Amino acid sequence: MSDNHDDHEHEAESYASLRTRALESLLVEKGYITTDAIDALVKTYEEDIGPMNGARVVARAWVDPGYKARLLEDGTEAIAELGFQGAEGSEIVVLENTPGVHNVVVCTLCSCYPWPVLGLPPSWYKSFAYRSRMVIEPRAVLKEFGLEVDESTELRVWDSNAEIRYMVLPERPEGAEGMTEEELSGLVTRDAMVGVARARLPEAVGR
Amino acid sequence: MTSPTDNQISSMQGPEALPRRNGELVFEQPWESRAFGLAVGLSEAGVLPWPEFREALVSAIRDSERLGDGLTYYEQWTSALERIALEKGLVTEESLHGRAQWLEEESRHGH
Repeated sequence: MSDNHDDHEHEAESYASLRTRALESLLVEKGYITTDAIDALVKTYEEDIGPMNGARVVARAWVDPGYKARLLEDGTEAIAELGFQGAEGSEIVVLENTPGVHNVVVCTLCSCYPWPVLGLPPSWYKSFAYRSRMVIEPRAVLKEFGLEVDESTELRVWDSNAEIRYMVLPERPEGAEGMTEEELSGLVTRDAMVGVARARLPEAVGR
Repeated sequence: MTSPTDNQISSMQGPEALPRRNGELVFEQPWESRAFGLAVGLSEAGVLPWPEFREALVSAIRDSERLGDGLTYYEQWTSALERIALEKGLVTEESLHGRAQWLEEESRHGH
Protein backbone atom coordinates (compact mmCIF):
# COMPACT_ATOMS: atom_id res chain seq x y z
CA MET A 1 0.00 0.00 0.00
CA SER A 2 1.21 3.48 -0.74
CA ASP A 3 1.57 6.12 1.91
CA ASN A 4 -1.15 8.01 0.19
CA HIS A 5 -3.52 5.16 0.80
CA ASP A 6 -2.73 5.03 4.50
CA ASP A 7 -3.24 8.75 4.86
CA HIS A 8 -6.83 8.47 3.79
CA GLU A 9 -7.60 5.13 5.29
CA HIS A 10 -11.26 5.70 5.98
CA GLU A 11 -12.34 7.13 2.70
CA ALA A 12 -9.63 6.02 0.32
CA GLU A 13 -10.83 2.60 -0.65
CA SER A 14 -12.49 3.31 -3.93
CA TYR A 15 -15.59 1.71 -5.30
CA ALA A 16 -13.49 -0.05 -7.95
CA SER A 17 -11.15 -1.42 -5.31
CA LEU A 18 -13.97 -2.78 -3.16
CA ARG A 19 -15.76 -4.32 -6.11
CA THR A 20 -12.52 -5.91 -7.34
CA ARG A 21 -11.80 -7.37 -3.91
CA ALA A 22 -15.38 -8.60 -3.62
CA LEU A 23 -15.21 -10.24 -7.04
CA GLU A 24 -11.88 -11.86 -6.26
CA SER A 25 -13.03 -13.26 -2.91
CA LEU A 26 -16.24 -14.70 -4.41
CA LEU A 27 -14.44 -16.28 -7.36
CA VAL A 28 -11.82 -17.77 -5.05
CA GLU A 29 -14.53 -19.11 -2.77
CA LYS A 30 -16.25 -20.77 -5.71
CA GLY A 31 -12.99 -22.32 -6.85
CA TYR A 32 -12.70 -20.57 -10.22
CA ILE A 33 -9.29 -19.22 -9.32
CA THR A 34 -6.87 -19.10 -6.41
CA THR A 35 -5.28 -16.12 -4.71
CA ASP A 36 -1.89 -17.72 -5.31
CA ALA A 37 -2.56 -17.96 -9.02
CA ILE A 38 -3.38 -14.27 -9.18
CA ASP A 39 -0.28 -13.40 -7.14
CA ALA A 40 1.89 -15.47 -9.45
CA LEU A 41 0.41 -13.97 -12.60
CA VAL A 42 0.85 -10.43 -11.40
CA LYS A 43 4.42 -11.14 -10.39
CA THR A 44 5.16 -12.80 -13.71
CA TYR A 45 3.84 -9.94 -15.76
CA GLU A 46 5.40 -7.31 -13.56
CA GLU A 47 8.84 -8.79 -13.23
CA ASP A 48 9.59 -11.87 -15.25
CA ILE A 49 7.97 -10.81 -18.48
CA GLY A 50 9.34 -7.34 -18.51
CA PRO A 51 10.67 -5.56 -21.54
CA MET A 52 13.94 -7.40 -21.02
CA ASN A 53 12.58 -10.41 -22.87
CA GLY A 54 12.06 -8.24 -25.91
CA ALA A 55 15.50 -6.70 -25.44
CA ARG A 56 17.05 -10.16 -25.56
CA VAL A 57 15.18 -10.93 -28.76
CA VAL A 58 16.44 -7.73 -30.36
CA ALA A 59 20.04 -8.25 -29.22
CA ARG A 60 20.02 -11.78 -30.62
CA ALA A 61 18.72 -10.48 -33.96
CA TRP A 62 21.50 -7.87 -34.03
CA VAL A 63 24.27 -10.43 -33.61
CA ASP A 64 22.78 -13.40 -35.47
CA PRO A 65 21.60 -12.76 -39.06
CA GLY A 66 20.02 -16.21 -39.25
CA TYR A 67 17.96 -15.51 -36.15
CA LYS A 68 17.00 -12.10 -37.49
CA ALA A 69 15.72 -13.66 -40.70
CA ARG A 70 13.62 -16.15 -38.75
CA LEU A 71 12.35 -13.40 -36.47
CA LEU A 72 11.11 -11.28 -39.36
CA GLU A 73 9.67 -14.34 -41.08
CA ASP A 74 7.76 -15.71 -38.07
CA GLY A 75 8.04 -13.60 -34.94
CA THR A 76 6.00 -15.87 -32.66
CA GLU A 77 8.11 -18.90 -33.55
CA ALA A 78 11.48 -17.14 -33.29
CA ILE A 79 10.53 -15.55 -29.97
CA ALA A 80 9.48 -18.97 -28.68
CA GLU A 81 13.00 -20.21 -29.57
CA LEU A 82 14.26 -18.03 -26.72
CA GLY A 83 11.63 -19.48 -24.41
CA PHE A 84 9.11 -16.62 -24.44
CA GLN A 85 5.55 -17.69 -25.10
CA GLY A 86 1.92 -17.00 -24.45
CA ALA A 87 0.14 -13.96 -25.83
CA GLU A 88 -3.39 -15.32 -25.42
CA GLY A 89 -3.06 -17.12 -28.70
CA SER A 90 -2.12 -14.10 -30.77
CA GLU A 91 0.74 -13.79 -33.24
CA ILE A 92 3.70 -11.52 -32.67
CA VAL A 93 4.88 -9.83 -35.84
CA VAL A 94 8.28 -8.12 -35.77
CA LEU A 95 8.86 -5.01 -37.90
CA GLU A 96 12.37 -3.99 -38.87
CA ASN A 97 13.44 -0.37 -38.71
CA THR A 98 15.91 0.61 -41.41
CA PRO A 99 17.45 3.94 -42.46
CA GLY A 100 14.53 4.36 -44.88
CA VAL A 101 11.65 3.01 -42.79
CA HIS A 102 10.56 3.73 -39.23
CA ASN A 103 7.84 1.59 -37.68
CA VAL A 104 5.70 2.52 -34.71
CA VAL A 105 2.98 0.53 -32.95
CA VAL A 106 -0.36 1.61 -31.54
CA CYS A 107 -3.60 -0.10 -30.59
CA THR A 108 -6.40 2.20 -31.64
CA LEU A 109 -9.12 0.01 -30.09
CA CYS A 110 -7.80 -0.62 -26.61
CA SER A 111 -4.31 -1.63 -25.56
CA CYS A 112 -3.25 -4.75 -27.47
CA TYR A 113 0.42 -5.17 -26.75
CA PRO A 114 3.00 -7.96 -27.08
CA TRP A 115 3.03 -8.80 -23.35
CA PRO A 116 5.31 -11.84 -23.50
CA VAL A 117 8.17 -9.71 -24.79
CA LEU A 118 7.38 -6.24 -23.47
CA GLY A 119 5.56 -6.81 -20.19
CA LEU A 120 2.62 -4.59 -19.35
CA PRO A 121 1.88 -1.58 -21.51
CA PRO A 122 2.86 1.82 -20.12
CA SER A 123 -0.01 4.14 -19.26
CA TRP A 124 0.55 6.47 -22.20
CA TYR A 125 0.14 3.54 -24.60
CA LYS A 126 -3.37 3.10 -23.24
CA SER A 127 -4.22 6.78 -23.33
CA PHE A 128 -6.88 8.08 -25.68
CA ALA A 129 -4.50 10.77 -26.92
CA TYR A 130 -1.82 8.31 -28.02
CA ARG A 131 -4.31 5.90 -29.55
CA SER A 132 -6.06 8.53 -31.61
CA ARG A 133 -3.24 10.91 -32.48
CA MET A 134 -0.60 8.38 -33.48
CA VAL A 135 -2.67 7.45 -36.51
CA ILE A 136 -3.45 11.04 -37.52
CA GLU A 137 -0.18 12.85 -36.84
CA PRO A 138 2.52 10.31 -36.06
CA ARG A 139 5.44 12.63 -36.70
CA ALA A 140 4.09 15.20 -34.25
CA VAL A 141 3.47 12.58 -31.55
CA LEU A 142 6.93 11.07 -32.03
CA LYS A 143 8.41 14.55 -31.72
CA GLU A 144 6.74 14.86 -28.31
CA PHE A 145 8.53 11.67 -27.34
CA GLY A 146 11.75 13.37 -28.40
CA LEU A 147 12.10 11.39 -31.61
CA GLU A 148 12.58 13.28 -34.86
CA VAL A 149 11.94 11.13 -37.91
CA ASP A 150 13.44 12.57 -41.07
CA GLU A 151 10.93 13.57 -43.76
CA SER A 152 12.73 11.29 -46.19
CA THR A 153 12.11 8.31 -43.90
CA GLU A 154 8.89 6.45 -44.49
CA LEU A 155 6.82 6.25 -41.33
CA ARG A 156 4.64 3.17 -40.91
CA VAL A 157 2.06 3.04 -38.14
CA TRP A 158 0.83 -0.43 -37.20
CA ASP A 159 -2.44 -1.04 -35.40
CA SER A 160 -2.16 -3.99 -33.01
CA ASN A 161 -5.21 -6.13 -32.45
CA ALA A 162 -6.25 -9.33 -30.71
CA GLU A 163 -4.83 -11.53 -33.46
CA ILE A 164 -1.60 -9.69 -34.26
CA ARG A 165 0.65 -7.86 -31.81
CA TYR A 166 3.46 -5.88 -33.34
CA MET A 167 6.94 -5.31 -32.00
CA VAL A 168 9.61 -3.10 -33.55
CA LEU A 169 13.14 -4.29 -34.22
CA PRO A 170 15.08 -1.06 -33.75
CA GLU A 171 18.20 -0.23 -35.73
CA ARG A 172 21.43 -1.26 -34.09
CA PRO A 173 23.12 1.97 -33.02
CA GLU A 174 26.52 3.08 -34.33
CA GLY A 175 29.49 2.33 -32.16
CA ALA A 176 28.13 -0.90 -30.70
CA GLU A 177 30.47 -3.15 -32.67
CA GLY A 178 32.51 -4.56 -29.83
CA MET A 179 29.62 -5.23 -27.50
CA THR A 180 28.43 -8.64 -26.41
CA GLU A 181 24.87 -9.81 -26.92
CA GLU A 182 24.11 -9.21 -23.26
CA GLU A 183 25.56 -5.70 -23.35
CA LEU A 184 23.60 -4.97 -26.50
CA SER A 185 20.33 -5.93 -24.83
CA GLY A 186 21.01 -3.11 -22.37
CA LEU A 187 20.63 -0.65 -25.25
CA VAL A 188 17.14 -1.84 -26.09
CA THR A 189 14.34 -0.07 -24.30
CA ARG A 190 10.65 -0.79 -24.22
CA ASP A 191 10.01 2.47 -26.05
CA ALA A 192 12.41 1.49 -28.83
CA MET A 193 10.42 -1.71 -29.33
CA VAL A 194 7.15 0.22 -29.53
CA GLY A 195 8.82 2.56 -32.00
CA VAL A 196 8.59 5.81 -30.05
CA ALA A 197 12.35 5.94 -29.46
CA ARG A 198 15.59 4.64 -30.94
CA ALA A 199 17.84 2.16 -29.20
CA ARG A 200 20.16 3.85 -26.73
CA LEU A 201 23.65 4.80 -27.82
CA PRO A 202 26.57 2.88 -26.33
CA GLU A 203 27.79 6.15 -24.75
CA ALA A 204 24.51 6.41 -22.86
CA VAL A 205 25.26 3.22 -20.97
CA GLY A 206 28.84 4.18 -20.25
CA ARG A 207 30.56 2.56 -23.21
CA MET B 1 -8.48 17.37 -26.71
CA THR B 2 -6.45 19.01 -23.99
CA SER B 3 -6.21 16.00 -21.73
CA PRO B 4 -3.35 15.61 -19.26
CA THR B 5 -2.23 12.70 -21.36
CA ASP B 6 -0.59 15.02 -23.82
CA ASN B 7 1.51 16.37 -20.99
CA GLN B 8 2.37 12.87 -19.99
CA ILE B 9 3.74 12.24 -23.43
CA SER B 10 5.59 15.53 -23.48
CA SER B 11 7.03 15.05 -20.04
CA MET B 12 8.82 11.96 -21.25
CA GLN B 13 11.10 14.06 -23.42
CA GLY B 14 14.03 14.20 -21.01
CA PRO B 15 17.01 12.46 -22.56
CA GLU B 16 17.24 9.79 -19.90
CA ALA B 17 13.69 9.72 -18.61
CA LEU B 18 12.47 7.26 -21.19
CA PRO B 19 14.99 4.47 -20.64
CA ARG B 20 14.57 4.79 -16.90
CA ARG B 21 10.88 4.15 -17.21
CA ASN B 22 11.74 0.82 -18.73
CA GLY B 23 10.29 -1.90 -16.55
CA GLU B 24 8.62 0.52 -14.19
CA LEU B 25 5.46 -0.64 -12.44
CA VAL B 26 2.40 0.32 -14.33
CA PHE B 27 -0.14 -0.35 -11.58
CA GLU B 28 -1.00 2.79 -9.73
CA GLN B 29 -2.88 1.05 -6.95
CA PRO B 30 -2.76 -2.49 -5.59
CA TRP B 31 -6.31 -3.35 -6.62
CA GLU B 32 -5.42 -2.64 -10.24
CA SER B 33 -2.94 -5.48 -10.22
CA ARG B 34 -5.56 -7.76 -8.64
CA ALA B 35 -8.05 -6.87 -11.36
CA PHE B 36 -5.40 -7.57 -13.95
CA GLY B 37 -4.42 -10.92 -12.41
CA LEU B 38 -8.05 -11.92 -12.00
CA ALA B 39 -8.89 -11.46 -15.69
CA VAL B 40 -5.71 -13.13 -16.94
CA GLY B 41 -6.12 -15.95 -14.41
CA LEU B 42 -9.73 -16.65 -15.38
CA SER B 43 -8.61 -16.76 -18.98
CA GLU B 44 -5.78 -19.17 -18.20
CA ALA B 45 -8.17 -21.34 -16.21
CA GLY B 46 -10.45 -21.54 -19.24
CA VAL B 47 -13.31 -19.89 -17.35
CA LEU B 48 -13.26 -16.73 -19.42
CA PRO B 49 -11.81 -16.88 -22.93
CA TRP B 50 -9.54 -13.91 -23.56
CA PRO B 51 -11.27 -12.65 -26.74
CA GLU B 52 -14.51 -12.36 -24.77
CA PHE B 53 -12.86 -10.31 -22.07
CA ARG B 54 -11.09 -8.16 -24.59
CA GLU B 55 -14.38 -7.46 -26.34
CA ALA B 56 -15.96 -6.50 -23.03
CA LEU B 57 -12.99 -4.26 -22.26
CA VAL B 58 -13.15 -2.55 -25.63
CA SER B 59 -16.83 -1.78 -25.17
CA ALA B 60 -16.29 -0.63 -21.57
CA ILE B 61 -13.60 1.78 -22.80
CA ARG B 62 -15.85 3.00 -25.62
CA ASP B 63 -18.81 3.50 -23.30
CA SER B 64 -16.68 5.33 -20.80
CA GLU B 65 -15.16 7.62 -23.43
CA ARG B 66 -18.56 8.32 -24.95
CA LEU B 67 -19.98 9.21 -21.55
CA GLY B 68 -16.87 11.11 -20.57
CA ASP B 69 -17.19 9.64 -17.08
CA GLY B 70 -13.46 9.94 -16.38
CA LEU B 71 -12.99 6.31 -15.41
CA THR B 72 -9.39 5.17 -15.36
CA TYR B 73 -8.18 2.35 -17.52
CA TYR B 74 -8.36 -0.19 -14.70
CA GLU B 75 -11.77 1.05 -13.60
CA GLN B 76 -12.93 0.32 -17.12
CA TRP B 77 -11.17 -3.03 -16.91
CA THR B 78 -12.93 -3.89 -13.65
CA SER B 79 -16.33 -2.87 -14.92
CA ALA B 80 -15.82 -5.11 -17.96
CA LEU B 81 -14.71 -7.99 -15.77
CA GLU B 82 -17.63 -7.56 -13.43
CA ARG B 83 -20.13 -7.43 -16.25
CA ILE B 84 -18.82 -10.57 -17.85
CA ALA B 85 -18.71 -12.44 -14.53
CA LEU B 86 -22.36 -11.53 -13.98
CA GLU B 87 -23.33 -12.49 -17.54
CA LYS B 88 -21.63 -15.85 -17.21
CA GLY B 89 -23.30 -16.44 -13.87
CA LEU B 90 -20.00 -16.79 -12.01
CA VAL B 91 -21.36 -14.42 -9.37
CA THR B 92 -24.64 -12.63 -8.74
CA GLU B 93 -25.16 -8.92 -8.31
CA GLU B 94 -26.50 -9.56 -4.79
CA SER B 95 -23.46 -11.55 -3.67
CA LEU B 96 -21.10 -9.00 -5.18
CA HIS B 97 -22.86 -6.09 -3.58
CA GLY B 98 -23.07 -7.88 -0.22
CA ARG B 99 -19.42 -8.87 -0.27
CA ALA B 100 -18.28 -5.37 -1.21
CA GLN B 101 -20.29 -3.92 1.68
CA TRP B 102 -18.84 -6.45 4.06
CA LEU B 103 -15.30 -5.68 2.92
CA GLU B 104 -15.93 -1.99 3.34
CA GLU B 105 -17.12 -2.55 6.90
CA GLU B 106 -14.11 -4.70 7.59
CA SER B 107 -11.62 -2.16 6.27
CA ARG B 108 -13.33 0.64 8.18
CA HIS B 109 -12.98 -1.19 11.47
CA GLY B 110 -9.51 -2.50 10.78
CA HIS B 111 -8.47 -6.12 10.86
